Amino acid sequence: MTQSVVVQVGQCGNQVGCRFWDLALREHAAVNKKGIYDEALSSFFRNVDTRSGDNGPDIYKGKICSLKARALLIDMEEGVVNEILQGPLRDVFDSKQLITDVSGSGNNWAVGHKIYGYQYRENIVEKLRKTAEHCDCLQCFFIIHSMGGGTGSGLGTFVLNLLEEEFPEVYRFVTSVYPSGEDDVITSPYNSVLAMKELNDHADCVLPIENESLFEIVNKIHQMINAGKLGSTVKHNSLVTSSAGSAKTLQEKPFDAMNNIVANLLLNLTSSARFEGSLNMDLNEISMNLVPFPRLHYLVSSLTPLYTLADVNVPSRRLDQMFSDAFSRDHQLIQADPKHSLYLACALLVRGNVQVSDLRRNIERLKPSLHFVSWNQEGWKTGLCSVPPVGHSHSLLALANNTCVKPTFIELKDRFMKLYKKKAHLHHYLQIDGMEQSCFSEAISSLSDLIEEYSELDATKGVPRIDPSRLKIVV
Amino acid sequence: MSIVTVQLGQCGNQIGHEVFNTLCSDICGTHGLCSKKENESYHDSCKERFFCEEESGVPVARAVLVDMEPKVISQTLSMAARSGHWKYNSQAHFCQKQGSGNNWANGYSVHGPRHKEAIMNLVQKEAEKCDRLGGFFTIMSMAGGTGSGLGAFVTQCLRDAFPTSFILNHVIWPYGTGEVIVQNYNSVLTLSHLYQSSDALLVHENDVIHKICAQLMNIKQISFRDVNQVIAHQLGSVFQPAHTAGGGSGYSRNPLGIDWQVRPPHPPMPSTNKPLHFNTSIANLVILRGKDVHAVDLGSFQDPSLYTSWLNPQDAFNAWKTPRAFNKYEKSAALVSNSQFLLKPLDSIVGKAWNMFASKAYIHQYTKFGIQEEDFLDCFTTLEQVISSYTNL
Repeated sequence: MTQSVVVQVGQCGNQVGCRFWDLALREHAAVNKKGIYDEALSSFFRNVDTRSGDNGPDIYKGKICSLKARALLIDMEEGVVNEILQGPLRDVFDSKQLITDVSGSGNNWAVGHKIYGYQYRENIVEKLRKTAEHCDCLQCFFIIHSMGGGTGSGLGTFVLNLLEEEFPEVYRFVTSVYPSGEDDVITSPYNSVLAMKELNDHADCVLPIENESLFEIVNKIHQMINAGKLGSTVKHNSLVTSSAGSAKTLQEKPFDAMNNIVANLLLNLTSSARFEGSLNMDLNEISMNLVPFPRLHYLVSSLTPLYTLADVNVPSRRLDQMFSDAFSRDHQLIQADPKHSLYLACALLVRGNVQVSDLRRNIERLKPSLHFVSWNQEGWKTGLCSVPPVGHSHSLLALANNTCVKPTFIELKDRFMKLYKKKAHLHHYLQIDGMEQSCFSEAISSLSDLIEEYSELDATKGVPRIDPSRLKIVV
Repeated sequence: MSIVTVQLGQCGNQIGHEVFNTLCSDICGTHGLCSKKENESYHDSCKERFFCEEESGVPVARAVLVDMEPKVISQTLSMAARSGHWKYNSQAHFCQKQGSGNNWANGYSVHGPRHKEAIMNLVQKEAEKCDRLGGFFTIMSMAGGTGSGLGAFVTQCLRDAFPTSFILNHVIWPYGTGEVIVQNYNSVLTLSHLYQSSDALLVHENDVIHKICAQLMNIKQISFRDVNQVIAHQLGSVFQPAHTAGGGSGYSRNPLGIDWQVRPPHPPMPSTNKPLHFNTSIANLVILRGKDVHAVDLGSFQDPSLYTSWLNPQDAFNAWKTPRAFNKYEKSAALVSNSQFLLKPLDSIVGKAWNMFASKAYIHQYTKFGIQEEDFLDCFTTLEQVISSYTNL
């Protein structure tokens, strides 16, 4: 079994990360009744003997003593991390796994990447090495950050670079929260595009998330609860947005519901690597199957169901509905409609009491309405994990490598160009040591190339397929 | 005669477990509707083939379990032990931590060489425990990374280490509509490599077995367990002892020694225009078990229209029988066939793989582990030749 390390950078990264750890503990607690430290737990947690103080040795087997997250918390402001350390999760984090500063990055990618990157490089490498040493077989780094700010965006992508240099064999999965159009950070397009270049060049897989989508999902759920049909109550701990049953006892903060969705995404993504199933899907398989060309590694994700009704048995109709929902616009975590764009590849990770025949039936049913690229007409990767998420009897995570990401990138490019043409706020960046105009031109060029690659693929959609001639054998 | 089974990857280990379950429950079932003497002879022969005696009295499967990640093997070992009727040798397994990531190149070029010694040591140990080694039976899927890539490598190693032993590869063909996106690449690479070292490939297609579960067995919610049990049942009905035509009264014949090796005549004869009712066969083996086996008329299996023109049906057809019933079925029959039936599925896989290869999709995932475009081309060439040979029967 392998281990993964989460690197959460910046305010957004740490808030999402915090929800992830909370829900991960809740999930393992639900499955691991005997309190034995097992392989599943070890994928994200160390078991430390704290009786001899915080520097106690790791315990690899036996009862759970004290679980420590395999995480690195980085923020150039102290607020968020301090709150975490004072909250119910304080014991989950090793105090040596934190890197904080006081002044923040001023929503400036260059400050995060060039100034703090340079300043904290040694410190970060050392702490990463330490976390890696605690791992028997480190398979993956998960970076969680936002694109629009300064720390998550700038320092986050600096860390991404560092990970490739120092740990080239370990996968780098990045969960990136993209800014919305009405983002109140004026320079978010600059920060995002500069960060995109790094994601293009150094990430193995990127899971883009847009706040608008999370927000719409949260609203939808509230409406459902408030509509409250007589006789059907929603199981509270089954909400994809809920923290019910987890460590948090305080009033939920406004972004908590949205962040829980992202946390659930990561839990589901790693479920088959942690728990058993009849068709396992490990993290290295996700990268292998969903990335046909190195730069096209942006995966659109959707999670279903969003909630489970408490009092209803699960007919297979409901199961099929779950599959249909995974492909609907409302369930995607970015503003995109994969059904009307072109699929390069698609992965379905099912959890719970679902069998291969249910999977096959639904693939057969949905296939005709989806457009797949000509050289990958049957491009499905499937996984069956026996352990469902808390509160559900089954769930589905769909990951799509689909040209529907293009509009998000085009919008980003447009917003960037609007500012860049007027050279607005550019001086804040160019005055930073190591920043030049070429950083901007290279970044926008990288984004344009990416958009072009997606456009070329889109152009093949609907074009009658001519199969290349096969090799001929001389008899 | 004994067979050493090598279970490779998740699929190989899941199926292997069901196979030993089936074999064990067949011999543990009271009697086989035949004479006591016959039953004992059958029992002993099966035991010798697939199991080893241990002091505890619980039969130990003659098997080596290999996987690049630990979850499936540990599940398999514990499920077998819990049955109480048989178990695996707790030492006879090899696993790593990370899996092959559905990457054939990773299985073949990285894991293979790295772990060759350890794996072959385990195989050697099992082989040495056999009084008479009949050969090796490997179980693998061709869609993933370990069973397929590492499986191909291990098969090569078996061939090198045991040049005169019989090697039978049991290969699982994935569902046509995706379990793994790069399954067609992995399949092409696996089959072309197995062709170099294996004696015979026994094939089961997931789609076909799925249909059996749905249409013949009326299972509503079909799980991989159901699929694997059908496969195990079919394998059991082929590998359990049976009397061969000239084999006398004992179950002594090498169970894997089916004469599949046929060479088409030089120069190739023009194929006569036959009515296309049957897939043309090179060889057929019918195995009958249970009541009244000697009374059965198998004449229709020797119909010349079933076979290619350059073969004599008498040479191409074999029948094995035993009055001992299999798994309590009063009468059961199995047919193992070397014919054109796999032509269409093979052609489909090669076609899809070629299509993907032409666009170079996913190739970077393979080249990073040492499998180059030329290697792919060689594999395509090999399989096109196989397709051509079967088409011209």
